Amino acid sequence: MVWLTGGALVLSVLMVAGLLLLVVTEGVSTFWPGPLVEVTLDDGRVLLGEVNRVEEDPGSTARITTRTMLRTGNFDVSGTHFTWFDDAAVTRTEEPEWAVLFERNSWGRFYGIPQELLIDGEVVADTPAAVWRRFLQLHGPCRDRLVERRSLERDEMGRLNARREEARLRVRAALLDHPEGSLPVLQARENQQKIDDAADEEFEGIAARIEQLDTENRRYAIRVLTADGSGKVMALDEIVRAFPANRQGTGGKLTIYLSRAFEFIFDEPREANSEGGVFPAIVGTLVMTLIMCMLVVPFGILAALYLREYARAGWAVSAVRIAINNLAGVPSIVFGVFGLGFFCYILGAWIDGGPTSPASAGSWFVYLGLLLALLGAAVFATWHRTRLPPARRSEQNFLLWVVPALWSGVALLFVTVVWFSPWFNGFYRAELPNPTFGKGGLLWASFTLALLTLPVVIVATEEALAAVPGSMREGSYACGASKFQTIWRIVLPRAMPGIMTGIILAMARGAGEVAPLMLVGAVKLAPELPVSAVDWSGSVGPLPTLFVHSERSFMHLGFHIFDLGFQSQNSEAAKPMVFTTTLLLISIVVILNVFSIWIRGRLRKKFVASGGF
Amino acid sequence: MGTPAMTVKAVPREITMQAPVARCADQGSISRLASIAAGEPFETDTHDAIGTEDAVLEVRDFKLWYGEKQALFDIAMNIPRGRVTALIGPSGCGKSTLLRSVNRMNDLIDSVRIDGQMLLSGESVYGPEVDVIELRKRMGMVFQKSNPFPMSIFENVVYPLRIDGIRDRSVLEEVCERSLRGSALWEEVKDRLKDSALGLSGGQQQRLCIARAIAAEPEVLLMDEPCSALDPMATGRIEDLIHELRGAYTVLMVTHNMQQASRTSDYTAFMYLGRLIEYGATEDIFLNPHLRETADYITGRFG
Ligand SMILES: Nc1ncnc2c1ncn2[C@@H]1O[C@H](COP(=O)(O)OP(=O)(O)OP(=O)(O)O)[C@@H](O)[C@H]1O
Ligand SMILES: [Mg+2]
Repeated sequence: MVWLTGGALVLSVLMVAGLLLLVVTEGVSTFWPGPLVEVTLDDGRVLLGEVNRVEEDPGSTARITTRTMLRTGNFDVSGTHFTWFDDAAVTRTEEPEWAVLFERNSWGRFYGIPQELLIDGEVVADTPAAVWRRFLQLHGPCRDRLVERRSLERDEMGRLNARREEARLRVRAALLDHPEGSLPVLQARENQQKIDDAADEEFEGIAARIEQLDTENRRYAIRVLTADGSGKVMALDEIVRAFPANRQGTGGKLTIYLSRAFEFIFDEPREANSEGGVFPAIVGTLVMTLIMCMLVVPFGILAALYLREYARAGWAVSAVRIAINNLAGVPSIVFGVFGLGFFCYILGAWIDGGPTSPASAGSWFVYLGLLLALLGAAVFATWHRTRLPPARRSEQNFLLWVVPALWSGVALLFVTVVWFSPWFNGFYRAELPNPTFGKGGLLWASFTLALLTLPVVIVATEEALAAVPGSMREGSYACGASKFQTIWRIVLPRAMPGIMTGIILAMARGAGEVAPLMLVGAVKLAPELPVSAVDWSGSVGPLPTLFVHSERSFMHLGFHIFDLGFQSQNSEAAKPMVFTTTLLLISIVVILNVFSIWIRGRLRKKFVASGGF
Repeated sequence: MGTPAMTVKAVPREITMQAPVARCADQGSISRLASIAAGEPFETDTHDAIGTEDAVLEVRDFKLWYGEKQALFDIAMNIPRGRVTALIGPSGCGKSTLLRSVNRMNDLIDSVRIDGQMLLSGESVYGPEVDVIELRKRMGMVFQKSNPFPMSIFENVVYPLRIDGIRDRSVLEEVCERSLRGSALWEEVKDRLKDSALGLSGGQQQRLCIARAIAAEPEVLLMDEPCSALDPMATGRIEDLIHELRGAYTVLMVTHNMQQASRTSDYTAFMYLGRLIEYGATEDIFLNPHLRETADYITGRFG
């Protein structure tokens, strides 16, 4: 028995360790630059690239039965990223000193030997060494210009467009409430005209600057000789990073490694996510997890407090508890479907455009009156119950179910009154038919995941509350503390470490969940981050604040992994990124957990550690 | 365990072991115990000495049920002000139940039903208009197992004041020092008031709970076997302490330890199967009990 149980444990530990080892080794080695090899085959072909994989070739009859996959790049010239060849067919292998690896904005990597450097079409250098020297001088400024150009294009022009869009929506909003030609509409149009004019003017300035940067960048180009002897001219600003891999010492390789890792974490993805960074996905994951926590933690704790401390044990409470436990076992995609159907299409649509079939004003007032009457009854019953002497058992028991029933009725009517209000027309009506909240987005994704992780928090909190010794509660009551004071001052602090455990579990689960996110707002490539720094200067004060655009779609590391691994056209090239992104996701979850565990440890030291006896 | 307490109120053990049997004239033990067990009514033998004292707590015909099961039968007793009263009796006879009825801790148990009356300084304890919270604030309670709260020593002691909303630092500090001195813990913890109370030893924790119980200057201090989990040294200190509290506080204490009852209490009440059997001055109960059952219990012949 010992061997069986111990063996099972060892096996599980080994599997987990193996998984982590695979992810870590693959993930860490992704950015390390390998040598560039030039192979000559017996059919006369010459290939240059990085060895991607060597494997046994079952169909081979030659003495050497392995075959190699070389990452040969140059997709725009050759139409392929990778080339297989039989090792038996190799006649010569070399590592040419001046073979250079170019990483580009598009078309993937390029391998070749620098031949000429061109400025304004004139050759200024024509040996690899000289070309490389000039390249190093010119490349930096070219990239800087490109970065400036991009920022102008995206940030500045984006700002202008946002302003125009806002003015346009004002006009639409005015038109929804007023007839054409009325004063508010005219004012809105005038405002739009003014903003358009100002934007046009500014736009011209920006366009001119962009043109200037482009012209300057167009002057610089490099001609590269590929392995098969053809040449290719590339503009310098197209090149993200280039280095003669075979000339690099360890220091040089380390620099390249760090530069790639830095780009990975702090830059945006390029080439359909298979290259570049994952910064938007990191931000998306973190922000979503945080919002989810802010939603699930108070709700979960309150619900657990009610179940454990206030509700009277009975079949209803048991049923709720069983339901909550079952909720934890529901497949996560079901939550995604619910999130899409309820949060996005019902709640979101209501926020955007108000009720689809509002009540008539008359019946709405009837509802309102009913609500107020029921509210009065509920308040009275609650008050009456608290001052009823315990001796009047039958009346007590009667009120025991009347009070919750009344309050449920109040809640239901309140929702009805708000939901069917004829006075509410939605906050984003002008944008319709383009949905604002009526589609997947950060907020709804957080809501969905909060729902998904709610059982985790409730169960953990309930257990933590149950573990608070009864003697502590009694001690508090004996001091003359009320129930609320006892819970607030004794029970909650004491249960805090256990509650933290629940939060940690919920966070880990939420951060790693993918399936429901695909339905409620995670996207392959989000045009904008879901957070932005808002400069309030002018309105409230000079405080730059982070603003969370809770309606925007966002990128998520888990979804990113799925996308890279299964949706990428160039899956072979994306494969290393899968591991690196996985490693990053695991690291983020681990960091979140370590942080919470640290807090929990401090709380535990403070509240639970027991001396004596 | 040589304590000053013994010099004041000590009843040497040897006497308690031998004397009662000799002096007890009552012989009807067996049939009476059987009739009590059969549920027949029983008249408590209350000594005249009780009547000479000023009662802080009056219990009148008090009955208590846990669901269908009756745990207390017609308890009638007056607890003298400023004295230490001990409750003794075999396990399960309802001592804790009676003690917890005084500050209505039994309200926390759903199945409990009561009948009869209690008066604290003349005011009803179970009246319909009584605010239980306010009532409990007038009493302090110490439990069998120490139950310090998960907070600092200082916060533990001033907890009764905190829940009253008192924030004044100087008041809190003064109360803290006074209570800790009162429970003979001050010298040991005065330099570590900010430390967690859970880091104290078992005996220190129990004295901390006593400090907490006397922080709000209660009218009655209820103690349920306060020393049962402590070693003789710590027990001795707490007995000394109870002795010092005498006069300033009314103490109602449950104990299984006959020596402790004889050493620390002024009055002793003997309970059996939910009835109060005999109640009188400690000296009389131990040296000169009226009933044979009391004598038998004290000498260890049953229970
Ligand atoms: N919460 C409860 N529910 C039901 N019955 C209870 C409860 N608490 C005590 N009892 C019963 O009431 C009777 C008196 O119990 P109580 O705890 O008062 O005894 P005790 O004299 O304090 O005993 P001990 O010396 O062992 O502490 C016992 O028969 C016990 O089983
Ligand atoms: Mg007891």
